[in-house]
Formats: sequence, structure tokens, C-alpha cells
Amino acid sequence: MKDNILEVNGLTKIFGENSVLRGIDFSISKGEIVSVIGSSGSGKSTFLRCINLLANPDGGKIMFHGKNIQDADFDLSKYRSKVTMVFQSFNLFKNLNVLDNCKIPQEVVLGTKPEEAEKIAMEYLSKVGMDAYINARPKQISGGQQQRVAIARALCMNPEVLLFDEPTSALDPETIGDVLDVIQKLAKSGMTMIIVTHEMAFARDVSDRIVFMHDGIIWEEGTPDQIFNHPERPETRDFLSRFTKNRYED
Amino acid sequence: MFKDALFLLTEYKEYFIKGTMNTLLFSFSGTAIGIIIGLCTGIIRTAPESKNKVIFVLQKIVNAIIYCYVELFRGTPMMVQSMVIYWGYAFATGGKTLDLTLSAIMIIAINTGAYMTEIVRGGIISVDKGQFEAASAIGMNHTQTMTKIIIPQVLRNILPSTSNELLNNIKDSSVLNVIGATELFFNGGLIGRKKYMIFQSYLVVCIIYLIITLIVTNILRKFEKILEGNEDFLIVPSQTISQVKNDER
Repeated sequence: MKDNILEVNGLTKIFGENSVLRGIDFSISKGEIVSVIGSSGSGKSTFLRCINLLANPDGGKIMFHGKNIQDADFDLSKYRSKVTMVFQSFNLFKNLNVLDNCKIPQEVVLGTKPEEAEKIAMEYLSKVGMDAYINARPKQISGGQQQRVAIARALCMNPEVLLFDEPTSALDPETIGDVLDVIQKLAKSGMTMIIVTHEMAFARDVSDRIVFMHDGIIWEEGTPDQIFNHPERPETRDFLSRFTKNRYED
Repeated sequence: MFKDALFLLTEYKEYFIKGTMNTLLFSFSGTAIGIIIGLCTGIIRTAPESKNKVIFVLQKIVNAIIYCYVELFRGTPMMVQSMVIYWGYAFATGGKTLDLTLSAIMIIAINTGAYMTEIVRGGIISVDKGQFEAASAIGMNHTQTMTKIIIPQVLRNILPSTSNELLNNIKDSSVLNVIGATELFFNGGLIGRKKYMIFQSYLVVCIIYLIITLIVTNILRKFEKILEGNEDFLIVPSQTISQVKNDER
């Protein structure tokens, strides 16, 4: 266990009488890209939300560089800027234009000076190909464009880990490619990422490791080759075959 | 009829002007203060429960007080509130009365505050949950999220209801005549009784109210349009392209 940025031990989460997470053990090291797959209701998104503490775990520990993130004296705000999240529904701040969406969080959370924040914002916006739209408001641009801005916004915080919660599930098929390209570029630049996704082909291409979740626990994990070509457990096989069956030829 | 009305208007110009001015003063300042009250109480009521025990208990107490305040002032007529507050003060101090202008503004402010509390609370609740989540996920605390992200959106969302409050206050400030505040309705009655031209005088009052509300409604509509923002936006030439051009020079 060397160089683990995040370590999750025995994570549980209960909604009412429903046990959504039933003991997750997971770790990720620097530069690693992990894709989390599984059917809806398997707890993938909840797992991701627990890591960012958008959902409070009911049991277990999450360690960031060896520090428990649920300790009373843990700097949660700083942690969240280091382990930040990209959402399925983008969630750009509706009252701010594209530039301010990337600029204001830096100023507010990191205390970056406005000129510096603008420079950083422009850098990442051009990286995701959205620098021409800095004056646009979120509702004026397409879903794919919004998601690229959301990724730039996350990058502006200079994160150590990026969490993607089904980043392309709310997009038109046409724009999915643009967003996936951006994530792929990030992957090449060595960003540490946990990606919850239904894009199997993408997950296979981009990931170092695939985690298959089923019934609230990590059912099987391994390299893309192991999971997609030689899955060991019947549930994994079942899930993957259903996935290929449901799709039109591609 | 119109001749009489015109006669009253010219003869008692000062009364009507003074009344109109006071109506505007009471309703505008009362609404403004009421909005501030409503923003504070609305924000307090939607704040997440604190993990600190002392603050948590304090929150519960303050919320209970706000609840009583809102229900009390929404559940009783403003005319009765004016009497109770004005004469209540006189009763408590053994005959001293509050300044009329001050009481009038205060009564409207407290009343508007009660309604605005609910309007603001509704406005905050109706903001997409994703906005809060995105702000938290990036490291903003509740105060930062509220001031930078949520409140600007709430202000825009509640503008129609707030405009409504202002219009209501312009009209409803007429009930302040019961404590003798010299607003438009009060002065109109005064002149009518003096000249035995009750109808003609109230006709003038009626028209003035209508003119004020029409003007205010139109201004507020324009304001809403401005806040909506432009439909289109400016595309900035790509930085990389301009960079290349610069290099070529």
C-alpha cells in the first residue's frame, strides 16, 4: 500500500431501511484511473458522493493521505477542493457566466487573487475548448459544452482527484464524444480519476482498473482486460452481456 | 363630476401631493425594510442544522420565534396590527405616542417581512439542489454558497412576488389612516368631508392610486427584463488563434 491518495475501509450507507453500501474497501493511488461500473441501484453514485461527503457515510472510514476525513478538525473545505466532483447534470452556477463559474470558486475557496484566478480559468477553459464562450450563461450553451465548463471549473481548483458521476449520461449522443475526449486528455496528463460511467468502451480504453459494483459492495475488480474479457463472477458476466445485448451494433 | 374633481385637485393640490408622497414613502421604505427582514429570516430558516449543540439549540429557538412572527402577522389584518402597535405603545408608555411616519413605515415593514420570510424561504428551496451540491463539492461553505450562488438566484426568482408585495403595500398603506397617518386615502377623505364632495374627492384618490401602480408595474417589468439578461452573448475569438496571429506578426 504505497502512495495511496484515498483509502476507503468498510464504507456503509443506509437510506431508511435500504442498505445502499454494505462495506466498501477501496483505494486509489496517484495517477490511477478507476472506472466504476454496475447496474443502477448498485450504489456507484452513492459511493462517489460519500467520498466527497455530499452523502454522509453511516460506517467505515475514508482516509485522505492517511487522515480521516470525518475527523472534527479535518479541513473539509480544502479536502473538497482537492477531491472535487463533476456531476451528471453539470450543475454550473446559473447566476454566473462561464468565466465566473471557473473564477469565483477559486477566489472564494482558495483565496486566489482575481487576475490570477482569471488566468487559471482561461487556461483550463481553453484546454476544454470553451474559451470562446466565457461570456455565455449556462443556459445559453449545450449540455456537452456545459459539462466541459464544469470539468474546467473542477480543474481550476487544482485537484488531486477528480470524481466523475456519470458525466455523459445526460448528454446528446453527439456531444458525448467531446466530453469523453476531454476526459481522455486528462487521463493522459496523469490526473487521478474515479469515473462512474455506463460508457463501457470508454471505460475499457481509459481506465487502469475497473470496479464492478453489485448490491452495495465491490463485486469484482481488475484490469479492463480481466473484467471485460475474462470476468470471473457470473453477476459481472451477466451485467456485461446485458449491456452488449441492449446496444445496437457499434 | 369631473369638473368638481378637477376643482378639488387644483384647490387642494398640496393635500393630494402630500398624501401621495406619504403613501410612496410608507410603501417604498416599508417594503424595502420588509425585504431585508424577510431575507434575514428566510435565510436563517433554511440554514442547515448546526453540529454544535449550543448553536443548534439557539437555531431551534430563533426558528420558533420566526415561526410565531410569521404566523402572527400573516394571520391578522394590517389595520388591526396598526391599531394594536400604535395604541399598544401609547398604553405601555402611559400616553406617549410614536411618531406617525415612523409607525407607518414600521407597520408596513413588519407586515411585509412576515410575507417575505415565506417568499424567500420558498425561493431558496426552489433553487436546484444541484447548485448547492456543486458549491459544496468544490469546497464552498454554506455562507459562501449562499452569498455567491444561491441568493443572487433567489433574488431573481422572487422578483415577481416581491413586486406584488410592493404593489399591495402601495394600496394597503391606505389602512394606516386608522392611526391618522396622513397618506393619500386619509387626505382624500379630509378634503371630501370639508367640501361635502366625498365621491369626487375619492375619485381623485382612486385615479392617483391607479396612476402610481401603473407606473410602478411598468418599471418593475422593465427591471425584470433587464435581470433576465440578453438572449445572446459575445463569442470571444479563441485565445489560441489570436496567439498565432500575434506570433506571425
